[in-house]
Amino acid sequence: MPNLSKVRLAGYGALLAAGLVAPFVAYPIFLMHALCFALFACAFNLLLGYTGLLSFGHAAFFGTAAYVTGHVVKTMAVPPGLGVLAGTAAATAVGFVFGSLVIRRQGIYFAMITLALAQLMYFFFLQTSFTGGEDGIQGIPRGHFLWMVNLADDRKLYYVVLATFLFGFVVIHRTIHSPFGQVLKAIRENEPRAVSLGYDVNKYKLLAFVISAGLSGLAGAMYAIVFTFVTLTSSDWHTSGEVVLMTLLGGLGTVFGPIVGAFAVVTLQTQLADKVGSLVTVIMGAMFIGCVLLFRRGIVGEAVGLYNRVLGRRPY
Amino acid sequence: MDSDYILEARNLAKEFKGFIAVSNVSLKVRRGTIHALIGPNGAGKTTLFNMLTKFLAPTSGTIHFKGRDITGEKPAQVARRGIVRSFQISAVFPHLTVLENVRVGLQRKLGTSFQFWRSENSLQELNGQALELLDDVGLASQANVVAVELSYGRKRALEIATTLALDPELLLLDEPTQGMGHEDVEKVRDLIRKVAAHRTVLMVEHNMRVVSHLSDTITVLQRGSVIAEGRYEEVAANPQVMEAYMGTAAHV
Repeated sequence: MPNLSKVRLAGYGALLAAGLVAPFVAYPIFLMHALCFALFACAFNLLLGYTGLLSFGHAAFFGTAAYVTGHVVKTMAVPPGLGVLAGTAAATAVGFVFGSLVIRRQGIYFAMITLALAQLMYFFFLQTSFTGGEDGIQGIPRGHFLWMVNLADDRKLYYVVLATFLFGFVVIHRTIHSPFGQVLKAIRENEPRAVSLGYDVNKYKLLAFVISAGLSGLAGAMYAIVFTFVTLTSSDWHTSGEVVLMTLLGGLGTVFGPIVGAFAVVTLQTQLADKVGSLVTVIMGAMFIGCVLLFRRGIVGEAVGLYNRVLGRRPY
Repeated sequence: MDSDYILEARNLAKEFKGFIAVSNVSLKVRRGTIHALIGPNGAGKTTLFNMLTKFLAPTSGTIHFKGRDITGEKPAQVARRGIVRSFQISAVFPHLTVLENVRVGLQRKLGTSFQFWRSENSLQELNGQALELLDDVGLASQANVVAVELSYGRKRALEIATTLALDPELLLLDEPTQGMGHEDVEKVRDLIRKVAAHRTVLMVEHNMRVVSHLSDTITVLQRGSVIAEGRYEEVAANPQVMEAYMGTAAHV
């Protein structure tokens, strides 16, 4: 399939170019907002699309990292780069604990337990003192990246965020196309068969869960630096739901789907919020239903399907 | 236990909420033989099979593999010891290619299966071996086909190739010819004979022609218990077996 990989390579090139010129065309804060969620959705897709596990509590990792980053950068005067690392590490650790608890369950039970654990985190953040409870953490200094780049400049910060996003994207891409990713796909395709071939499937699922949690954390940590505040919204179950919507809308189990989905949802939210107010939620819900009923493969999945049909290729 | 027997189940029983699916079954599988497990529907064959591969935990009884008690082990662990099973519904990875399917069986040996930072190109060193296995089952020309597009009989062959990738000492086949056309049945039958040359095979099978053709020993189950065991001729002549199959004393 040399053609397909050429098309893909061209796609990567075009996206990268778009990413580089974007802050001169669009509002950088909006772009960073979308990039944070794009990374979040990609991390989520690693678990749902490539391992077949539906987590309904991914905001816990996003929120944990955002709070930890916000806290250490604001009160301990840690530089933002280190703060993001601390947040990501915390999310990874929480991911390991949650994952160890939940990995034995499947399907709806898996989704419900992740939701319950995420709610546990939410109430912990609400009650504990370092998060500021209802007020959240405000006024997180953006500081300097590597003591040189002044991140108070939105455009400079944008490029750091873009680079971080690309790092996360490459990690996910590599994970999918690694010996480990191959086993994950096998587990998704036929779990009993993977067991009968001698794979301890729970260990593989746990590692996928931890990688996904860690990268969700990376997204949350960046979010805290970009917006200079963290509130309870970051760990709210709505946020867990949004990432599911983004992934499904963009295309489950496709490389670019979650990115497209994240940009679509964030665009709608920011464009519509001041026009229709709380109706945004209704519109999101309608989109979700439409997506499930009409185009199950999501935007990218349907586009790839159409492309293959036009070329007379069979799916796969 | 003497080393003649590779697998020995002692007094195995399985109860599902009061329903006794398998009661007090003892079974010895002799090394290097093809051993068939037959019986009418609901006799407990698949339940017994699932217990032997640890996919179900027995209510009581023990299982020994090469003299070692494996009753408390996990299915993946048992697979690594060398007992590899197939499934009633053909067990391939549908959206992986034929080659990738076999490679999943091979790649665990490389010890890189947890390495998410390594390129999957590193798996290509297994391609030669995978192709050899595919050649053995007559699928080499379809290595790059996605498994879901294979015919039923070929999926079965692919499944066997994947199983052989683990080089198991004991192969457990759950109804290998179920749902197959006449031609495919013969192909799979020949394939089983071929792969059994250096291994032990225990299979559940309904097709009596396959069973009579292949088996060294046959164990007949009925309502969760062993009612007969022996060579095909012996078992077929057993009045209890005829009764179980036909309801009357007719030939099997």
